[in-house]
Amino acid sequence: MSAAALETRDLCKNFGALTVADDINFRLEAGARHALIGPNGAGKTTFVNMLTGALPPSSGRIVLGGEDITALGQAKRVKRGLGRTFQINALFRRLAVLDNVALAVAERRGVARRMLRAASKHSEVRDESMELLATLGLAEDANHRILDLPYGKQRLVEIAIALGLRPRVLLLDEPAAGVPSLESHRILQVLDKMPEHIAILIIEHDMDLVFRFAQRITVLVQGEVLVEGPPEEIAKDRRVHQVYLGEQRHG
Amino acid sequence: MSDHAGGYSADPRIRRIESLPWIVAIAAFFLLPEYLSLGARILIYVLYALSLDLIVGYAGIITLGHSAYFGLGAYVAGILAAKAGISDPMVQLAAAAAAGALLGISTGAIILRTRALTLLMLTLAITSVLLEIANKATGLTGGADGLSGVVVAPILGLFKFDIFGKTAYLYCLLVLLLGWWLVRKMIYSPFGTSLTGVRENTLRMHAIGAPVYWRLVLVYTLSATIAGVAGGLITQTNQFVGLNVLSFESAGELLVMLILGGVGRIYGAFVGPVVYLIAQDQLAKQFPEYWYFGIGTMLVLVVMFARGGLLGILDGVLVKLRRRP
Repeated sequence: MSAAALETRDLCKNFGALTVADDINFRLEAGARHALIGPNGAGKTTFVNMLTGALPPSSGRIVLGGEDITALGQAKRVKRGLGRTFQINALFRRLAVLDNVALAVAERRGVARRMLRAASKHSEVRDESMELLATLGLAEDANHRILDLPYGKQRLVEIAIALGLRPRVLLLDEPAAGVPSLESHRILQVLDKMPEHIAILIIEHDMDLVFRFAQRITVLVQGEVLVEGPPEEIAKDRRVHQVYLGEQRHG
Repeated sequence: MSDHAGGYSADPRIRRIESLPWIVAIAAFFLLPEYLSLGARILIYVLYALSLDLIVGYAGIITLGHSAYFGLGAYVAGILAAKAGISDPMVQLAAAAAAGALLGISTGAIILRTRALTLLMLTLAITSVLLEIANKATGLTGGADGLSGVVVAPILGLFKFDIFGKTAYLYCLLVLLLGWWLVRKMIYSPFGTSLTGVRENTLRMHAIGAPVYWRLVLVYTLSATIAGVAGGLITQTNQFVGLNVLSFESAGELLVMLILGGVGRIYGAFVGPVVYLIAQDQLAKQFPEYWYFGIGTMLVLVVMFARGGLLGILDGVLVKLRRRP
């Protein structure tokens, strides 16, 4: 079997007696469109935080493109091609949209530490950032501060920053969270246009979005993988209905 | 003039209005010859405040211990001049800069692993420890009596420090010009932009792969270096070093000056010390017992009504004027 884009082996996380991740064996194939779903408190965000290096696992391994990255810090994982977005916007709120993306592009290009030439003279960073914004339909907002941007567009900037890192694996933590349903189709449009070589793991509550986007779905319940499979199987799975979809219908 | 945020779309060219502080400084040299020693002190504090603005305003590192680097620079220049017989001002200044840098990197590497209140307390601790060392090492520093006998040779062997403070004033102005140029360049660079990124959202900077800790250590060291130079200058112009250069009060006073002028704007570091030190000079003459009351009132008004400092007020007025048809 070829190396997965991202893989976890027996990944565990305990906070004292509380187990929030229990022997998670997960595989994200190269170029996959994979969704991670589960009820509130299932441990989805904990799982993402372990993948990105924000939270050290209690045991188990994380492998990115065949390389064990369990012991690596966040920055090194990013350099190896692991990007993420945040469930709650984590933007540079008082900076222009362009700068939000340019910061990521500059880091990737190794320009960010330079201090003698003006940032605006690094046209390669600016051009690439503008191009990226244009593909997301944000070109007109490039000079607006995040603070002055409607929330839906802020969610797109979240994605733009992550794309600025040109990741091989992209973790999208509830990209449509807080976005009015009328605008969430815009997020889906953007997701549909993502470069095919990027393996995407989306964590999302919006089932409509999940079933339209994902080719494979993993259901996490109480820190354990309940079931994994293609959307049609997951939709039919009785256990999933019990723990998750049923809950959705009533909640 | 007042908003210098840097960034990838910011025009880094020096605007015409940015020549204003330099024109004022040169005009003051010719028009107010009796105030040149106060003038030199103001220039030094502007440089010192500029170093603080770099870390507080741009990188978001709050400190109450910046006097550690300023004071060390002052003592290193002073000890070289008074004890080691090294009277060349350039050598003294270079040594003050090196000492500031060395202390900056060694303390920064430790304290920048912490955040918020812990960081604030550690900055305070560093300057307190240095103050006590200077107090006890009387052989080197003169202790509470201060270090006198500071000898400063003519600059480049040509320009003697005169009794009216003319040389000192121009010398400080030149060093400030160099410091300002460096800081401004840095703020407009990718490095400067990444610092504002850290200030705005550290979490996200980690997530885009930025070595946040090392960036902070670097800017802290650069800031400490500039503060060390400012300390060296104060020794050279006063030809005396007192314990107060290391005091927590002096660090606090500097922060007050910066807040008064406006944080994270470069020129707030110019306006703050000018207003603060002139007000201090005038108020202390008029009301020797109550002058702090005037300074306090000024600060309360700025903090309550103008969060962007005096330059923030100016910004507001300019915006209103522009909106009028």
